[in-house]
Amino acid sequence: MGGVSTARRDPGLQPERTRLAWRRTTLSAAVAAVLAVKTALHGGASVTAVTVCALCCGLFLGFLGVAHRRIRALATRTRPPALAPRHATAAVLCAVALAVCAAVLVV
Amino acid sequence: MSEFVTNIRLWFAPEQVRDEGGTPDYRFSLANERTFLAWLRTALALIGGGFAVDQFLPHLRWAWRVGLALALLGAGVLCSLRAVNHWVRCERAIRRGEDLPASRFPAVLSLVVAVVALVMVVVVLAGWAG
Repeated sequence: MGGVSTARRDPGLQPERTRLAWRRTTLSAAVAAVLAVKTALHGGASVTAVTVCALCCGLFLGFLGVAHRRIRALATRTRPPALAPRHATAAVLCAVALAVCAAVLVV
Repeated sequence: MSEFVTNIRLWFAPEQVRDEGGTPDYRFSLANERTFLAWLRTALALIGGGFAVDQFLPHLRWAWRVGLALALLGAGVLCSLRAVNHWVRCERAIRRGEDLPASRFPAVLSLVVAVVALVMVVVVLAGWAG
């Protein structure tokens, strides 16, 4: 696991691939959020519908924030730091909360 | 079970992950991160599928529609929780220089998705509409 000698051979590719993976995942979250908004506003704009709608948008923004922080961390010139478990957990909790919103809307 | 609890504690404690083993080549950590993100995308796709069943099969009987949607949403939740757990386990294994953990989850997930898809085909073809 020689970090120094191999780091010269691969200056930008791996961080860039990881950055794109975060972008793709943000896009998936956006699609899920759009479907959530469509479902929430399907039966007309009641107070509950608008609340759940705002909650889903907030969850997407939370995910976007995590992705943005991570992308900024990956852009460092030196060795990019490993992903912090807190950020991974935050991203996963956004997805889980979106699923809970979906369950509430569907039932 | 205690191993599982330790893993959950590690979700929130970056410094504890860093205590173990040596710092690996960052490319291994980034590859692990991309795998985590791929699983998270899968989870988001399953959640999107749950919304889609609810929205695009409006003529289905209520019980079938809600059952299929909840099955997809449940699979999405399991998939995202497993994503972070597997990521922590892999990160620890990489740092300690051990073999990566084996997992039954991909097989279970593909079976669940196959069953949900089959049920959906049967329900739509049989026209069990409300």
